[in-house]
Amino acid sequence: MEVKVVKKVLSVNDTMAHQNRKYFSDKKVFVLNMMSSPGSGKTSILEKTVGRLLPEINSAIIVGDICTTNDADRLAKTGVPVIQICTDDFGGDCHLAAHIVGNAASDLDLDGVQLLIVENVGNLVCPAEFDIGEDARVVVLSVTEGEDKPLKYPLMFRVCDAALLNKTDLLPYLDFDREAVINNIRQIHSDMPVFEVSAKTQDGFPAWILWLKKQVEKKVG
Amino acid sequence: MHEMGIALEIIKIAVDSIPANLKNPKVERINLKVGKLAAVVPDSLKFCFEVASKDTALEGSLLHIEEIPVTARCINCGNSWTAIKPVFICEKCDSGQVDLLSGRELDIVSIEVEEGA
Ligand SMILES: Nc1nc2c(ncn2[C@@H]2O[C@H](COP(=O)(O)OP(=O)(O)OP(=O)(O)O)[C@@H](O)[C@H]2O)c(=O)[nH]1
Ligand SMILES: [Mg+2]
Ligand SMILES: [Zn+2]
Repeated sequence: MEVKVVKKVLSVNDTMAHQNRKYFSDKKVFVLNMMSSPGSGKTSILEKTVGRLLPEINSAIIVGDICTTNDADRLAKTGVPVIQICTDDFGGDCHLAAHIVGNAASDLDLDGVQLLIVENVGNLVCPAEFDIGEDARVVVLSVTEGEDKPLKYPLMFRVCDAALLNKTDLLPYLDFDREAVINNIRQIHSDMPVFEVSAKTQDGFPAWILWLKKQVEKKVG
Repeated sequence: MHEMGIALEIIKIAVDSIPANLKNPKVERINLKVGKLAAVVPDSLKFCFEVASKDTALEGSLLHIEEIPVTARCINCGNSWTAIKPVFICEKCDSGQVDLLSGRELDIVSIEVEEGA
């Protein structure tokens, strides 16, 4: 006999994400989920970002990594509270699931924090599928990864609210067609802002910082 | 890449859906819908399912995957279409204000289960 089920396979994660979202609202904290393939420069961008948000915005960071605490050590130098999640302890996952982010967030003192940034595990596929209760999502793509990545990973570029095109300082050494990549992003998500930045030189940071501040202010005033 | 986790979720949901009054229930088939945009590779999911369902009521059952195409609708002019390539720009009016109607599914639709000997 056929038994109707009609259930989302990820419904448990969706429920946990919903709980996180409520918790973050109660705490009046804006949550940003930052995603990219490994090594695009998420940690480098965050190192240069959190200090520039001060004194208006206090941040905290949750960083997911498969194995090391390198990123947390780097980010701790910025002076903001950082919690590292080693997904290896949870089976070497390729993404952060909502309950893991929820647990980490409850270990942070979020009083007085307006912005919680979650650096997801380096991966352009899986994190796009898992809601963690965030308010906005950004994807980082570096210029060494090739112009076609938005077309190869459409879900990621579809679900994100902004894209950062990083390592622009390397453009003179590459045959990278920046117009082609922006065009590819537009095909997937036509009105998504694209910030061309270099975490190394901090070129292009003002527009990105301004966008982020506006997002935070929209939620927490 | 998280197909094993997905397979385990499917097994959990399917086992929970077996009617309690069945004796020695044996699940023969699980009907799943997977959107073309979902971050899941069907073959890899089937493989993980086979491995993970050993020694459960689902052992030997068929994981039937219906792939759901990506369909979109233009908010501006109402045109709707099936996207063969990941392009979300309206062909009629060039607008990028587009709703995704389908393609992100990852749903268990039903299980087919029989009483065993
Ligand atoms: N030239 C240049 N190098 C950069 C830039 N941003 C990051 N890098 C370098 O790229 C490498 C990876 O940077 P990370 O910030 O660790 O990247 P990530 O995305 O956090 O990496 P994972 O967390 O491992 O996925 C490092 O060697 C950085 O120094 C940039 O704007 N320009
Ligand atoms: Mg990092
Ligand atoms: Zn249209």
